Amino acid sequence: MPRRADRPALLQGNEACARGAVTAGVRFFAGYPITPSSEIAEILARLLPQVGGKFIQMEDEIASMAAVIGASLAGRKAMTATSGPGFSLKQENIGYAAMAEVPCVIVNVQRAGPSTGLPTSPAQGDVMQARWGTHGDHPVVVMCPSSVKETYDLVIECVNWSEVLRVPAVLLMDEVVAHMRENVILPRDDDVVIWDRPAPDLPPGHPDFLAYRPGPDDVPPMARFGDGYRYHVTGLHHDERGYPLHQGSKAEELVRRLHRKVERRRRELTKVEWTVGEHSGPALPEGLAEGRGRGAGRTVVVAYGAVARSAEEACRGLAAEGRDVALLRLVTLWPFPDEACRLAAGLAAGGGEILVVEMNLGQVAREVERAVGGRCPVRHYGRVDGELITPAEIAAEITGQRGS
Amino acid sequence: MVAPEDGSGRTDVLSYLRVDRFPHLWCPGCGHGIVLGALVRAIMRLELDPRRVVVVSGIGCAARAAGYLNFDGVHTTHGRAIAFASGIKLARPELEVIVITGDGDLAAIGGNHFVHACRRNMGITVVCFNNSIYGMTSGQYSPMTPYHAMATTAPYGHIERPFDLCALAAGCGATYVARGAAYFPARLADYIAGGLRHKGFAFIEAVTQCPTYFGRRNKMPRGVDLLRWQKERAVPVERAARMTPEELEGKFTVGVFRDAEELEYTEEYDRIIALAGYREGGESGCPAPGR
Repeated sequence: MPRRADRPALLQGNEACARGAVTAGVRFFAGYPITPSSEIAEILARLLPQVGGKFIQMEDEIASMAAVIGASLAGRKAMTATSGPGFSLKQENIGYAAMAEVPCVIVNVQRAGPSTGLPTSPAQGDVMQARWGTHGDHPVVVMCPSSVKETYDLVIECVNWSEVLRVPAVLLMDEVVAHMRENVILPRDDDVVIWDRPAPDLPPGHPDFLAYRPGPDDVPPMARFGDGYRYHVTGLHHDERGYPLHQGSKAEELVRRLHRKVERRRRELTKVEWTVGEHSGPALPEGLAEGRGRGAGRTVVVAYGAVARSAEEACRGLAAEGRDVALLRLVTLWPFPDEACRLAAGLAAGGGEILVVEMNLGQVAREVERAVGGRCPVRHYGRVDGELITPAEIAAEITGQRGS
Repeated sequence: MVAPEDGSGRTDVLSYLRVDRFPHLWCPGCGHGIVLGALVRAIMRLELDPRRVVVVSGIGCAARAAGYLNFDGVHTTHGRAIAFASGIKLARPELEVIVITGDGDLAAIGGNHFVHACRRNMGITVVCFNNSIYGMTSGQYSPMTPYHAMATTAPYGHIERPFDLCALAAGCGATYVARGAAYFPARLADYIAGGLRHKGFAFIEAVTQCPTYFGRRNKMPRGVDLLRWQKERAVPVERAARMTPEELEGKFTVGVFRDAEELEYTEEYDRIIALAGYREGGESGCPAPGR
């Protein structure tokens, strides 16, 4: 691995994803070729053996998800990458990882669907699939980068959260972010915070060891296969020993715990970025959140992924013209940033509105509506033709100057 | 003999099983317990360290065996056991990875993983409990249901031909291929031990019986009827070589069909790691924590 220096490197999003994964400690990747994510596999095929890691191209998408889970059980931080049709194929085993609490990261570089769709064109149509793609009530963490640098940062976040929560984490990219190249300054490895899965505090063979007894954070420490703990893992509902359960209160408690362990960390997990005037950051500027009732004519744009770049450009342009606009960029998609959306509603209440801009027919807009609970109007602008939404389109949508 | 660390000091077959999980869910007359016993005896004979054995299974009656074995075990999704096992083996090649699967799990929904694992030659041992039927779901035809047999989804008789799983495995490049039957448990244990000793991918088909969902619909309602069927139709591979196709009609061959030394996948990958310039030590090429 070349040492990263504090000078800019021209990187593609998929390359940043692969490099971030290695920095995060990923030492196993299994995948299957699919546009527009293939570069991630190609780059990791080269990088992983350089750090003693393992890469394998499996016979299909299902097998690659299975191999990732197997490698994680054997103690490796493991990842796969795919795109829409492959993401669909992986869903059953993603549910398995959620149920058996096996850390793993799935990168889905979204392309236009449904079905084979437009394989080389961007879309954001997998937001709901990332949340609910596999059957049953399951937990998941989903993050969505808007830039090459953020792709690097968020793949590390996904690995970290997946490990400490023992939950599948999805990095939901889009074709634009995956294939665009930007000058980025990557952090030195020593400056990156790496989290590991919780390890059992009892030695192998200890009679009190229970593979699925949760810690105080609702996460059970995870033993590595082959270390002598000799425990059972199943996708069936199971008790604290890992043995199959029948229906009843213990089955319910398991599913509720799987959700609770993620909900407990909701505040840390749900990341957003605000852009209001000159301000840009994870929180609203002082005083603005109390702007309730003075939102007449104010538009709060909600966007994520590549579209948020267009939205930022549009908002900055309109703000320079004196228009009252703000941008809420969603970084975490699941758990959904309800609280930030309610703050956005506070900004827009009293005559303003929220405008959700996304490359789908309203997947996040409906969540925003749910979160704001009628505090302000929520409008949606979407596109599903495989073209990135432009700043001009968004500006026109805000000012009401779009031709109909 | 390495005693399992269950505190009992016992070294018999039961000490390798989670007897607290009994009674098992298999029906009276089922052959799966015989096959499981043969597997345990093979593991005992080779004195494998139980801490280093990982059992991987899919979905179906056979797959439940993983839960009865006192090793690290993973009961995966339907058809995908070999793919999970490949991830475990590649991640930690020093582990002894054993796949327990059924004929539907392996040859229908898991067929793609099976043929590619044969080709890849990763050091995994796959034992297929072939009872010719989907037992867990109560009697639908599988890829191993005999031509013209009856099944719940073949109420007028089955019109598909079954696979020859061993020929399929050998054709796909598996380097160890054997077939035994529940009627011959000692020989079956020999074949499984051969597979466990083998360095590359090993496939052992164990012909077993399902009286409840196969036998009852096919005029062999008791386990013993199906065991007799196995006894009368099994032909050792050496004798089969001297028989005509007509004489072999309705029979099945048992024995070791292939046992070849070829480069094993994880060893090949270690060569890739060296080629890529990785030099630090650590278990299975695993870098030191942090970097």
